[in-house]
Amino acid sequence: MSTEGVNTARRRFLIAATTAVGAVGAGFVAVPFVVSMQPSAKAQAAGAPVEVDISKLEPGQKLTVEWRGKPVWVVHRTEQQLADLPSLNNLLRDPNSEVATQQPAYAQNPTRALKDKYSVLIGICTHLGCSPSYVLAGDPGQPTADWKGGFFCPCHGSLFDLAGRVFQGVPAPTNLVVPPYTYLSDTRILVGVDHQGAA
Amino acid sequence: MNMLVALRDWVDARIPLMSTWNDHLAQYYAPKNFNFWYYFGSLALLVFVVQILTGIFLTMNYKPDAALAFASVEYIMRDVEWGWLIRYLHSTGASFFFIVVYLHMFRGLMYGSYRKPRELLWIIGMLLYLALMAEAFMGYLLPWGQMSFWGAQVIISLFGAIPFVGDDLALWIRGDYVIADATLNRFFAFHVILVPFILAGLVFVHIIALHEVGSNNPDGVEIKKGPKGNRWSKDKPADGIPFHPYYTVKDIMGVAAFLIIFCSVIFFYPEMGGWFLEKDNFIPADPLKTPQHIVPLWYFTPFYAILRAIPDKLWGVVAMGGAIFCLFVLPWLDRSPVKSIRYKGIIFKAALAVFVISFVALGWLGTQPATPLLTNFARLFTALYFAFFILMPLYSVMDKTKPEPDRVTYNH
Amino acid sequence: MKKLLSFLSACVFVISTAPVSASEGVQLMHIETNLKDKATLQEGAKIFVNYCLNCHSAEYMRFSRLGKDLGLTDTQLKENLMFATQKVGEPLHTAMSKEDAVRWFGVVPPDLSVVARSRGTDWLYTYFMSFYKDESRPWGVNNLAFKDVGMPHVLWELQGGVAEPQYKTEMGADGHEHKIIEKLVVPKGDLSDEAYRQKQKEYQHAVANLVSFLEYMGEPAKLQRYDLGAKVLVFLFIFLLISYLLKKEFWKDVE
Repeated sequence: MSTEGVNTARRRFLIAATTAVGAVGAGFVAVPFVVSMQPSAKAQAAGAPVEVDISKLEPGQKLTVEWRGKPVWVVHRTEQQLADLPSLNNLLRDPNSEVATQQPAYAQNPTRALKDKYSVLIGICTHLGCSPSYVLAGDPGQPTADWKGGFFCPCHGSLFDLAGRVFQGVPAPTNLVVPPYTYLSDTRILVGVDHQGAA
Repeated sequence: MNMLVALRDWVDARIPLMSTWNDHLAQYYAPKNFNFWYYFGSLALLVFVVQILTGIFLTMNYKPDAALAFASVEYIMRDVEWGWLIRYLHSTGASFFFIVVYLHMFRGLMYGSYRKPRELLWIIGMLLYLALMAEAFMGYLLPWGQMSFWGAQVIISLFGAIPFVGDDLALWIRGDYVIADATLNRFFAFHVILVPFILAGLVFVHIIALHEVGSNNPDGVEIKKGPKGNRWSKDKPADGIPFHPYYTVKDIMGVAAFLIIFCSVIFFYPEMGGWFLEKDNFIPADPLKTPQHIVPLWYFTPFYAILRAIPDKLWGVVAMGGAIFCLFVLPWLDRSPVKSIRYKGIIFKAALAVFVISFVALGWLGTQPATPLLTNFARLFTALYFAFFILMPLYSVMDKTKPEPDRVTYNH
Repeated sequence: MKKLLSFLSACVFVISTAPVSASEGVQLMHIETNLKDKATLQEGAKIFVNYCLNCHSAEYMRFSRLGKDLGLTDTQLKENLMFATQKVGEPLHTAMSKEDAVRWFGVVPPDLSVVARSRGTDWLYTYFMSFYKDESRPWGVNNLAFKDVGMPHVLWELQGGVAEPQYKTEMGADGHEHKIIEKLVVPKGDLSDEAYRQKQKEYQHAVANLVSFLEYMGEPAKLQRYDLGAKVLVFLFIFLLISYLLKKEFWKDVE
């Protein structure tokens, strides 16, 4: 068509304005749809912090609770097992828990725990999400001859020690995750809430 | 920019990108005299998109299970972030779909958009209307409230009126002896997959058919038969303008106005005083207890009133079906020499007014308890409804029409 | 434009005639609920958990949502509202088991999450105001809004007693005289006039708070949607204005 008598600048401005306002509107409309896919109030309620009673957990035993649908292990480590931990350091990928995302700051220590005796770990392999099994020294099917106790992932053979630290030469890239947790008393742990105060 | 042009040309060499754009938008010439009534086609398309989009997100949280359905809707309303908005968009969208489609159809009635050469376009539109009714009916069962349950119970029982096979057919549709989990599950499947597919397909064919014959207009004269040549093209109709940009910018304005009304309802009156969301549907379905008044949603009530007006089960169903069938054969009932109401005589105008009054009155009567007085009114309006169609071959010929102009009328 | 206006006014007319009347013949009292006032809703919530939740549930409402919307901390929730429930993420379960419910009432009392949406606030208000003494009923009470109601008048203490019906006789259309209830009067007991009036006023207030709470619980999103709606409409009017200017500009081409 001929463009005589057409105010092109005004047209361009109005097209840009309508497009801009329309795009902003579309952006606002997208928000409810995107946000609706976040965990619902029901999922959040189900993922609320979980209280664990450890008064009956004997040395060497492990108990499992569910938090946000994932297994959380609490292991009561024996004196011997705690003493064995430093001896494994040169077999491990990240003996000093330097990958910060794998544990809260208060669990970034040699035993990866608030209290040395009790290890609290999310029981999901950091490789592809299977749940490893708890294998003690001397158990049938222990993965190595001098196994000091730890976790063995049946899916792809990843190995972790009793602090959840990953061994070298296995598919899993990082240590097991330590969830946020705190002590309500000497025998009660609350999983899912960060420990206040202590480093 | 050159990169983009090159990409466009690369694609265009492999699929008909530019020719589709031109045939249906940039070089589709529509009459320049469209008025208020011509917004509702594009608005119907908009509501369809809204329903599909919100429907997908509702499906993520809805549970098609008789034991869980009602609670899952309340779950969406409370526990899912923004779920209430998505649900209200969908429930309000359903009613607005019918508002828009009824106005779109009324436009067709006024301006003779069903007349030759648009008979098939009209029939495809009627099929769309039928599919839309099926979609709405099955969707309304899903919240699994008392109205969902008993409304579906009554409508499916209509199939029982069919001689010989009726009861077996109703049983087969339900998949149980009453409306039950099986019914809910299959309605869910139809509502979210089958019927939307059919609707999308019919919308496509409807638009293709429209662009083949060209749009009608308020004057009912064919721009293709008029003189050629306009400021955009030498060989296109003189009274045509390119759909894009002229009608795209106009329809965008229509969308903005429509959204203002639509959002007012969603945010301020989502129940619309019981017309869009019925009170009894906030009571979970109870197969042992019928609510005092069972009423279908407003968009079905004209036909429901016709059904109730006939004191016989089978003939009631036949009349209800006939009321819709009449619309299908409309292109062959109207024998007037002119298309548009602008040039039709007083008889047609009066007949159309009576028809609209009858349709609205039946719609209102369908929501009320069937007292003897109201039933007599329903019979009167049912008779008038059918008279509009059955007598049309006569009065459309008798009517004193005005001569059609050669060109469309357009006041700048 | 004239057509549009007449169309809209026709719509308004149709909408103002309600589709079906839900009440059972009784003239409903009107209540102005107040969802903006958190204190009102908190009071209503307190009455609800103390009186209603013993037998009825509100399974679609979570305590945590209640706390968020009514401005209560988890501790406040636990101390004031949560008696049978431990976790704030839990919904409002009833204290009564289904078996007990069937033994005592013959049915499980309905869930009340959305009762305000099915009954309406006016009906609820009328219902709480319309209990009266009727020794022929299993719980010794009947209700004008809900004939042969299957539950006791749990708020009778708040009301200061159960109302006595006062009858009058009226000539029916069939030519016979009918005894109909003219009004309900709560026994005054040994209260002074002033104290009696005060008690009645307090009860109306308590019921109004309860009904407001029930309305909120029927649709918690109501607290947000009005404000959001206003913003959306402002935005859309701006969009309409710009798109109108755009349309006008382009349509200068059309002669």
